Amino acid sequence: MTAAYIIVGAVGGIIGGMGMGGGTLLIPLLTIFCGIEQHIAQSINLIAFVPMSIVAIIIHCKNKLIKGEYFWWTAVPALFLGVLASLLIKNINGATLSKCFGFFLAALGIYQFVTAVIEAKKAHDKKNGKEKKR
Amino acid sequence: MKKGTKKAFMILGGIGVGFINGFFGGGGGMLCVPLLNKVLGEKTKPSHATAMLIILPISIASAVTYVSSGYFDLKLTLIVGGGVIAGGIAGALLLKKLNSSVISIVFALLMIAAGIKLAFFS
Repeated sequence: MTAAYIIVGAVGGIIGGMGMGGGTLLIPLLTIFCGIEQHIAQSINLIAFVPMSIVAIIIHCKNKLIKGEYFWWTAVPALFLGVLASLLIKNINGATLSKCFGFFLAALGIYQFVTAVIEAKKAHDKKNGKEKKR
Repeated sequence: MKKGTKKAFMILGGIGVGFINGFFGGGGGMLCVPLLNKVLGEKTKPSHATAMLIILPISIASAVTYVSSGYFDLKLTLIVGGGVIAGGIAGALLLKKLNSSVISIVFALLMIAAGIKLAFFS
């Protein structure tokens, strides 16, 4: 089973490293394929992505991609609600939490799909436009 | 956009991002990027980078809350975490070589499938 855990972690990491929200994939991989309880899967995801995001943030900082003006106004309310929600899940059983997560994941997937298709179409049109000019 | 409106969007967005990230133990970044990019009009790359910075403190605080509530498995976390770090490096390197729009479409379909499975068939 250890090998399966490492593979699942690596798949989540690859997607995360590409900046596409690996965590949202790591959690269902852990619950569906490894049979890990929902709360534990969420805890693993939270902890596992801390070191990775620290490294990524340092790199982004060097590339001057971090915009500080958004930080305080967004991060402070987010921090309060984040802790509140983390306390709230104690009152929800694993099966219910997993179901809620499923709805959230499907909605996010639909949004991501639509965005990706629109962007792919834009890139495609741009390419075709250039070819016509030639 | 007016400064006041921008601040209101940041606070409201922060509330949503924080709640989701704490409740589901992830996914906040996937909401924070469109908040910065689509709502506040920031460019795509800085949106991704800044979203990570915003999510980091929430993830640390939520992780501490989870662990103190007893939702913690050291061995599993170390094994999966090792995979995540190795995969993360590979992913960052692969990003330059692969067609990212194809990957995001495949990834989106995977999310929809896993979501439906969890919501209706478990």
